[in-house]
Amino acid sequence: MADLLIELFSEEIPARMQRRAAEDLKRLVTDGLVEAGLTYASAGAFHTPRRLALTIEGLLAESPAIREERKGPRTDAPEQALAGFLRSTGLTKDQLEARADKKGEVWFAVIDKPGRPAAEIVGEVLEATIRNFPWPKSMRWGTGTLRWVRPLHSILCVLSDEGGASVIPLDVDGIASGDTTEGHRFMAPGRFSVSGFESYESSLKQRFVILSAEERAEKIWHDATQMAFAQGLEVVEDKGLLAEVAGLVEWPVVLMGDIGADFLDLPAEVLQSSMKEHQKFFSVRDKAGRIVKFVTVANRETLDDGATILAGNQKVLSARLADAKFFWENDLRVATTDITQWTDKLANVTFHNKLGSVAERIDRIAALSRKLAPVVGADPDEAETASRIAKADLSSEMIYEFPDLQGVMGEYYAQSAELSDEIAAVAREHYQPLGPSDDVPTAPLSITVALADKIDTLTGFWAIDEKPTGSKDPFALRRAALGVIRLVLENDARLHLDRFIDAQLLRHEIDVSDGEERKLLHAVLGEIARHGPFSSAVRAIVDKIEGDAPDWVEKVLSHSPDVSDDLLSFLHDRLKVFLRDKGIRHDVIDASLAMPNADDLTLLVKRAAALQDFLGTEDGENLIQGFKRAHNILKQAEEKDGVEYSFGPDPKLAETDEERALFTALDAAEAEIAPAMEAEDFGTAMRGMATLRAPIDAFFETVQVNADSQILRRNRLNLLHRISATCLSVADLTKVEG
Amino acid sequence: MAVEKPKSFQEILLALQSYWASKGCAILQPYDMEVGAGTFHPATTLRALGAKPWSAAYIQPSRRPTDGRYGDSPNRWQHYYQYQVIIKPSPPDLQDIYLGSLEAIGIDMGLHDIRFVEDDWESPTLGAWGLGWEVWCDGMEVSQFTYFQQVGGHDCHPVSGELTYGLERLAMYVLGYDDGNEMPFNSPDAPIPLTYGDIFREAEAQYARWNFDVANTEMLFQHFIDAENECRAILEQPEIDPKTGRRIVMALPAYDQCIKASHIFNLLDARGVISVTERQAYIGRVRALAKACADAFVMTEAAGAA
Repeated sequence: MADLLIELFSEEIPARMQRRAAEDLKRLVTDGLVEAGLTYASAGAFHTPRRLALTIEGLLAESPAIREERKGPRTDAPEQALAGFLRSTGLTKDQLEARADKKGEVWFAVIDKPGRPAAEIVGEVLEATIRNFPWPKSMRWGTGTLRWVRPLHSILCVLSDEGGASVIPLDVDGIASGDTTEGHRFMAPGRFSVSGFESYESSLKQRFVILSAEERAEKIWHDATQMAFAQGLEVVEDKGLLAEVAGLVEWPVVLMGDIGADFLDLPAEVLQSSMKEHQKFFSVRDKAGRIVKFVTVANRETLDDGATILAGNQKVLSARLADAKFFWENDLRVATTDITQWTDKLANVTFHNKLGSVAERIDRIAALSRKLAPVVGADPDEAETASRIAKADLSSEMIYEFPDLQGVMGEYYAQSAELSDEIAAVAREHYQPLGPSDDVPTAPLSITVALADKIDTLTGFWAIDEKPTGSKDPFALRRAALGVIRLVLENDARLHLDRFIDAQLLRHEIDVSDGEERKLLHAVLGEIARHGPFSSAVRAIVDKIEGDAPDWVEKVLSHSPDVSDDLLSFLHDRLKVFLRDKGIRHDVIDASLAMPNADDLTLLVKRAAALQDFLGTEDGENLIQGFKRAHNILKQAEEKDGVEYSFGPDPKLAETDEERALFTALDAAEAEIAPAMEAEDFGTAMRGMATLRAPIDAFFETVQVNADSQILRRNRLNLLHRISATCLSVADLTKVEG
Repeated sequence: MAVEKPKSFQEILLALQSYWASKGCAILQPYDMEVGAGTFHPATTLRALGAKPWSAAYIQPSRRPTDGRYGDSPNRWQHYYQYQVIIKPSPPDLQDIYLGSLEAIGIDMGLHDIRFVEDDWESPTLGAWGLGWEVWCDGMEVSQFTYFQQVGGHDCHPVSGELTYGLERLAMYVLGYDDGNEMPFNSPDAPIPLTYGDIFREAEAQYARWNFDVANTEMLFQHFIDAENECRAILEQPEIDPKTGRRIVMALPAYDQCIKASHIFNLLDARGVISVTERQAYIGRVRALAKACADAFVMTEAAGAA
């Protein structure tokens, strides 16, 4: 058994690539070794800004010998066949063995592959790994042809066992392997040699390099929180930033500094973004939640305990915040004078080259919001105003500098423009939910614009056929779809999504600038949003047009439902994923999706939840069996007889008590189910359905459906149809498994 | 290495000049045309092409009309200085040599925190890109460090190492000034001491006014087209000069026209007459010129072509 240590030492590797690169190094080397027959006990990978390291323990000292036998042509086969076999095996004729076979004598090649020493295999595998390393972006340097993320300086490759350590020789583009590396660039310059992982890790630490990124991150977090705690403050947690900063230093030294008094009045989000985006600083807040200090992480200790470094960082931050303050004050001036000039400016900002400007998008969202507002209990006029303000901040100087603050600044600016808090909140909330764990707005106005925003995005990209494919979703349409789903479900909103989708699709397809025509278009699309594209209300408006109808009217009337159906089924797919994560069975979802009004997501989920509960009960499980039996017998009979048994069965023809009892039970159940369904009380409907379980079971136990008498048989099949129809009115139980 | 702290802007320039001279660079003079950055100097853009070794350093006055603040900003000017170093092939110890230059201008490596932070450089107008870092000193960006991978659409082989120092910001830091206009340009002990603002504040106000509100856009649009046409016309000339009978590919005069077009575009941009969609188209037109010039330059002896 042997231990292997590899280090690839280079100029500074981008922080965001380090972790993945260390994993790739481990995967590629260990895969290569195992493939060559070298197994190992354990492996670990490490990364710092200047190095990727890999330690492998318990490696076989050599690969096992392999004997391979290959069957060739018959000994009396033509010369050419033998020649081909010799070529493919690399042997000569006298090295072959002739063996008796069922059909005569056959040539056999016996190839002994002796084991190979680990050093040889490691050398080959490592060289191939370096040459084919999957960096997301790589480069050449100097006169070489090798590609690496930044210039590669040295390769450390040491194999050690009880006998001692030795360098595995390899040379990649003039970089020869060795047993030396460097410590901290500034605190411990110069090369030193190592004999194995332990000496490597400890020698590095003596030379001011913490090899483990986790250890560096822990140290940063520990020191930062302690330092803040000592002053009664708290570091704002940011795991992404912590990982990034740990990738920027080999020897983290935490320093805490003040934010100039001039800047403490800036919104907390602005302070945080300025510090994080540009300077990689952590924010430190006081008990009241105000950001009052920052934490920066230096890569070294100094004789003045970091005083110079901290002063420098503070100076840079002040310059940044002076910029931010300048933007903030300029923006406030615009917002308090006339915030709508920002919205007007968005006419010059392209949203997508096929979907027009951001201003046009806002127009569409505003139009849709008016129609959505009543559905979620908001005022249409307020919804339109909020839609027109919600994206105004995209023109502000602050958002030009800090795009991540979109919406957040919008709320501040809308407040300063003396708009109501509800309208101002829309600026921030209409982007929500930003991810599966982000909050969903609950204020009616915010729900309205958030829905309109996402439906406009989805319909737009569907209209120009830019749908997500596989892992590619550049416009985050899956996120938008999930947003629609959560906005609807978590607010119990009741709407026919299909109609709003149709209306908005048409809004993307029809471009009208004329004032009168726009009014007409809004009216038509409004009716579509309310009643669907094929409703008489739409016709009524169109019929009232005097003189020649505009060209687009034809477009509306001939609107094909294909695209909206496709988008709705995309939403349904996302809904399935969403519900599956919530523990709802996929067959239950399918059973609910197959019912009418499946574009009303709240209704759909109510039905699915009730069905899932119902199937969890003993009655439910058994009723499904009864239903399926009834349904199957009926379908078989209908197929065989070529007729539909959908006439009402006659109770007078019932022969046994059990059969009569089933009639009675059906009467009672139907009386319970129908009004419950009307009231969308699926629980009650299913409980009504559950009462059928015992009568159905008893019926099948005692009654022969396929009776000799055709009259009885027909009546019983019609009875089965009644069972089936009653059950299917609640959910499509044929989709339920089991 | 104890270096006496420089006391003025020009001392820093001089220290950089003599440091890079000591490292073997040819100390060139600024290119005599308006450019947006030191990279536009043909000593960088064109010399990065081809196989011939190259090593040069120079100060390049640069103009970015949109950065004008009428001389009121402590750290933004429409006219500013870049220090540019280009070495082909990039030496293996370029990072160390670079760090030496910081020491040469009085940055004590024992007290400061120097970091190489990922920043890939790309110039859409030059059809050029490279990988490298912005170099941070105590959290402040003091240089751009790039290994050129492509220029004018041509792969760089060998690869040039390029360093760009933003001189005002660096000097403000080294000299300890928050307002660049207050920083001494010559020695504060000189008989006539001058600050950076003494020299440039007035010019900043004048140019800001012209850049933003006065420059004749109709004329500039025409000049852009003229430069574009002239660039093409130069490159369409036969390689053999009918007068001397020699093979003379005129990549450099053509490239001058490309630089002109680029600067005119920047002026038009500052005047706010180029829309977002047009912007991309203009950048594409300048890039096409840069590529054509690069195509021509690699055919010349200066690029190592036979």
